[in-house]
Amino acid sequence: MSSVLQPGKTYETAPGEAATSYARVKPEGLDTLHGAILYLEEITVSFDGFKALNKLSLDISVGELRCIIGPNGAGKTTMMDVITGKTRPTAGTAFFGQSMDLSKMTEYAIAQAGIGRKFQRPTVFEQHTVFDNLELAMQMDKRVKPSLFFKLSSAQKDRIDETLKLIRLNGMEKRLAGLLSHGQKQWLEIGMLLMQEPQLILLDEPVAGMSDAETARTAELLNELRGKHSIVVVEHDMGFVTEIAQQGKVTVLHEGAVLAEGTMQQVQSDERVIEVYLGR
Amino acid sequence: MKPYYTRPAWSCIIACTVILALLPILNLAFPEGHVLHVSSYAIALIGKFMCYALAALALDLVWGYTGILSLGHGVFFALGGYAHGMYLMRAIGHDGVYQSDLPDFMVFLDWKAYPWYWSMTDNYWYCLALVVLVPGVLAFVFGFFAFRSRIKGVYFSIITQAMTFAFMLLFFRNNTGFGGNNGFTDFKRILGYSVSAPSTRAVLYLITLAFLFGALLLCRWIVGSKLGRVLQAVRDSESRLMFIGYNPLGFKLFVWTLSAVLCGIAGALYVPQVGIINPSEMSPGNSIEMVVWAAVGGRGTLIGPIIGAFTVNGLKSWFTSAFPDLWLFALGAIFILVTLAMPDGILGVAQRLKGIKRNKLLKEMP
Repeated sequence: MSSVLQPGKTYETAPGEAATSYARVKPEGLDTLHGAILYLEEITVSFDGFKALNKLSLDISVGELRCIIGPNGAGKTTMMDVITGKTRPTAGTAFFGQSMDLSKMTEYAIAQAGIGRKFQRPTVFEQHTVFDNLELAMQMDKRVKPSLFFKLSSAQKDRIDETLKLIRLNGMEKRLAGLLSHGQKQWLEIGMLLMQEPQLILLDEPVAGMSDAETARTAELLNELRGKHSIVVVEHDMGFVTEIAQQGKVTVLHEGAVLAEGTMQQVQSDERVIEVYLGR
Repeated sequence: MKPYYTRPAWSCIIACTVILALLPILNLAFPEGHVLHVSSYAIALIGKFMCYALAALALDLVWGYTGILSLGHGVFFALGGYAHGMYLMRAIGHDGVYQSDLPDFMVFLDWKAYPWYWSMTDNYWYCLALVVLVPGVLAFVFGFFAFRSRIKGVYFSIITQAMTFAFMLLFFRNNTGFGGNNGFTDFKRILGYSVSAPSTRAVLYLITLAFLFGALLLCRWIVGSKLGRVLQAVRDSESRLMFIGYNPLGFKLFVWTLSAVLCGIAGALYVPQVGIINPSEMSPGNSIEMVVWAAVGGRGTLIGPIIGAFTVNGLKSWFTSAFPDLWLFALGAIFILVTLAMPDGILGVAQRLKGIKRNKLLKEMP
């Protein structure tokens, strides 16, 4: 058992290490009093009249791993854009915990508040080494002056080393990130997410373009993170979703709204889901 | 990061600095005609080049490392020059053509007193503060609004170009109170020392060298810090940086303002050595030339732009005396050649040659 990371809290023990505390039934932070870390209510995003999201309502519980599936154009990526501040909703509210209104925050404020995102295309800093990528992402004071006078402590170095091991890039820390393979870049990006110590992780198609072995390794990686963070995974690959969703909730999006919600088995047998997505 | 700053490289930089520092001493110590004598012309020329090198170094900080291409750094250079020039004009005293309390150009305009913004400029330290503050504040305000509105890339470059052009037009006006077309010239003394005396020139030269070397160390420290890695991340993928929790505004503003201040200092050092500052320093062409220096030397290396400033200006001096009409064609040709054939500039070519040599050695090994 391991503890679930709360907004405003950091790891009590280093990640990867067997955590000793038990999952808290009642979260300590005031933020997640009702057990949910993310609330989306009636979110609408329209681009020139086209509704990318249409009154989407969704909430994610603390420590949950939620998979979101849906055909192309269902609004999966737009939803992530709204949560991370890249796109402002036309209507509706998005709350992180009980008190943070995401629709009024900038991208970096949202990231600092504890929402980390992995993009569809791997986006790492290609001209920086693997180590520098992780160091840049590491949770710390990210303003100008502290950055100028920053010195890596040995505890921070250990954290980077552990993450390197977890994402299987140890020994490659001095390599430029641009020289990594596609799969390795994806892992590096997941590693950067972990360094941010986010409470909520958003993964946009984490196995797109990966080989089978790499996909299996990524599923393993996500299973290790399960319970330590609240995670939202958007994915096309049904095999992968089945593997990581286990008995957890799966949400099906269609035309910017929730079509169905339930376990993988439930949604797979839902008539409407079969019609719009799985049946094709 | 490319390993430019190795131990041998530092030894080379320090050796060059020592040699440059010896030149004015040789100029003063040996009479003309002696083998070891360095001409006053050479001292003046190298002093000027060092000011250009400092400006190119400042530009590299924003362009090479942060990816902000400024086509208006000439305005900071000129404003630093004008700020220092105000003191130099006051220091002329009654030795002007009209022997008035006011500078000649004000007498010419029939002004009876100094305008308000000339007050206190007879104080040298106040003018030195202006050298830092005027470019710094202008850059800060301009940068704040531009970066906050997320103006990037070519749009930002165009605005900087427009800014320097607007300032040039403003300074061309006689009523602006900075000597219009002619700017400031005919300086006599600085802190009581004659500006044309060889010893004064030697001191100005050495101060310039000290600033150039100091600025190189400062910039090297900055780009080697974590802040430097953040700057390069701004250059490569600014939006990604925001999603890991950095606000790029502060970082861009810091480096942009620092660069403007360094450029202003370069301009201030330039004016007493060259003896004139006028609005043509703010012409768009001058700012573009600075970009050429940085590109020729190799941007994103700090030392490259310094080499580039010396190389291009050395060629310019030679060309404008040997083939005065051809210089602009040559400059254009250099820029095209560098863009097409050596995108990493002179330093990039040096690195490649080193790589070829190493590969050859590897092949020859049994």
